[in-house]
Amino acid sequence: MDKKEVEILEQISLNVREHIIRLTSKGGCFIGASLSCTDLIVYLYKNFLNIDKNRFLDLNRDYLFLSKGHDVPALYGVFVELEWLDKNRLNNHCTAKDDIYWHPNKKINGIEFHSGSLGHLLSVAIGVALDCKIKTSQNKIVVILGDGELNEGTIWEGLLTASAYKLDNLLIIVDRNRFQANVETEKLIPLEPLERKFESFNCCVKTINGHSFKEMEEVFSQFPFESKRVSVIIADTVRGKGLPSIESRADRWFCKFTDEEVQSLIDELHGLSKTKLESESLTVR
Amino acid sequence: MNYENKLLEIAKSDDRIVILTAENRAAIRNIPNNLADRFVDVGIAEQTLVGIAAGLALRKRIPIVHALASFLTMRAFEFIRTDVGISNLPVKIVGSFAGFSSEANGPTHQALEDVSLMRGIPNMNVFCPADEEDMILGLPEIISTPSPFYIRFNSIKPIYPHEKFEIGKAEVIGSGTDIAILVYGTLFNQALIAKNNLEKLGISLRVLNLRTLKPIDKSEILKTVEECDLIITLEDHFITGGLFSILSEILVLHKKNADIFPIALNNTWFKPALFDEVLEYEGFTAENLVQKILNALHNKKLVRVHA
Repeated sequence: MDKKEVEILEQISLNVREHIIRLTSKGGCFIGASLSCTDLIVYLYKNFLNIDKNRFLDLNRDYLFLSKGHDVPALYGVFVELEWLDKNRLNNHCTAKDDIYWHPNKKINGIEFHSGSLGHLLSVAIGVALDCKIKTSQNKIVVILGDGELNEGTIWEGLLTASAYKLDNLLIIVDRNRFQANVETEKLIPLEPLERKFESFNCCVKTINGHSFKEMEEVFSQFPFESKRVSVIIADTVRGKGLPSIESRADRWFCKFTDEEVQSLIDELHGLSKTKLESESLTVR
Repeated sequence: MNYENKLLEIAKSDDRIVILTAENRAAIRNIPNNLADRFVDVGIAEQTLVGIAAGLALRKRIPIVHALASFLTMRAFEFIRTDVGISNLPVKIVGSFAGFSSEANGPTHQALEDVSLMRGIPNMNVFCPADEEDMILGLPEIISTPSPFYIRFNSIKPIYPHEKFEIGKAEVIGSGTDIAILVYGTLFNQALIAKNNLEKLGISLRVLNLRTLKPIDKSEILKTVEECDLIITLEDHFITGGLFSILSEILVLHKKNADIFPIALNNTWFKPALFDEVLEYEGFTAENLVQKILNALHNKKLVRVHA
């Protein structure tokens, strides 16, 4: 990936982050978790997934399942940048006028499945991957999990099954932002050593910087990492990435901001100033 | 006084109490720092949460578990039924963001069958407070009763000074005989406003804040059915298994007839939006209720339950 390609992706990410920030004054959103996986989702749709506006229903398309559904603002933002979603519709966020709200749903073109209850979409992705294996389709099935989401037992049940069925068409990405809703993962239910946990379930694991497009290119291009094994990418990310006043703060989970705060955060995103936030965050899963 | 302060006060006075959560701390933000090892956060794992609570109860603890109502009553349903229900352990299950309170979260988070599920478990009791004050009034008795209880958490600000709480007793507001509105939880305030507005039109009403849906105040309901011409059931719950079902069961079992107009979600999830807009869109504001009730009176589009 040359410098110019990286710059193009970085510009898209910046735009997506602006869309995400704006949603905090339109009913609020899970800003921290959305910003941590923004770069990954931009990369996946721009450079990895074989899917486009005219192929949403094509059985040979690639699939992306967003299991940590509360970061759907990143998906909305990317869909706006891809021109799959009219930008004006973001103004309808959390209103009865539209179907754009705090978690994903299939009424938005491009979203494969609803989520929001954690620990569901790995199993759904395994179902899709199993059928693709039976039909010997060449498509890739990608599922994004949150690291907090790994608390749910269904994740580990799913891994056992996916490995038993040797699903090498399945790629699991963990958005490793090191936070659950309220606290740091390692201070609550420690996940480390995480690579070794996945390896012990017979998955093939690679860890990358989830904000480096170069690293993404290098590692995603190796998929499937090994024949007959499930591939796992642990993407080290920063919750709230791009906004120093939000980054890695336990108390910035679900946030509703005023219009003034939003403008200040957008300035901060562009490196102009640091925001002083007065609004309290709420804890909603 | 809010829920959290009341809970802490009770927990400080009774060291059998252990407060647990599946990483949902919205209602109990200051509990971790104030309760030391009697606060347990199991991470995002509702089934494990309930199993652990059962284990603590085996050791004579009173576990009070917190999570979102949808994940608690549905994902962990079998754990509640099997580990808590079969052994009749005094686990208190606090489900938050039930009914319309889940706002713009979408169907994944909408608990609209929690009352139905929980009341179906033998030994389980169900408390649906009208607002935060109602919840605080009920909390001491719910916690000290040695039975499992589901609490449909509510942080709505009160507009009515509630009377003393008693398990299995409805709170009756007014003594009108034209219409009785049977209600629980978040829609109590709307029912009360609708009552006032309908009274201005010369209609006489009473409102029953049912408080516990299990045990339900059968005698008050039967008395109401005798005395009132039309019974409205009002709930932010699916029409199956909730208050409308409870009332129908009572009437059939006691061979009573009544005209009932059920207001509930009929076989559909609600449109995700912020709370006030949800009420408006789904037709549950006091103003909507007045219109619906007037139409029902006019058109007699009622469900007549015959024994």
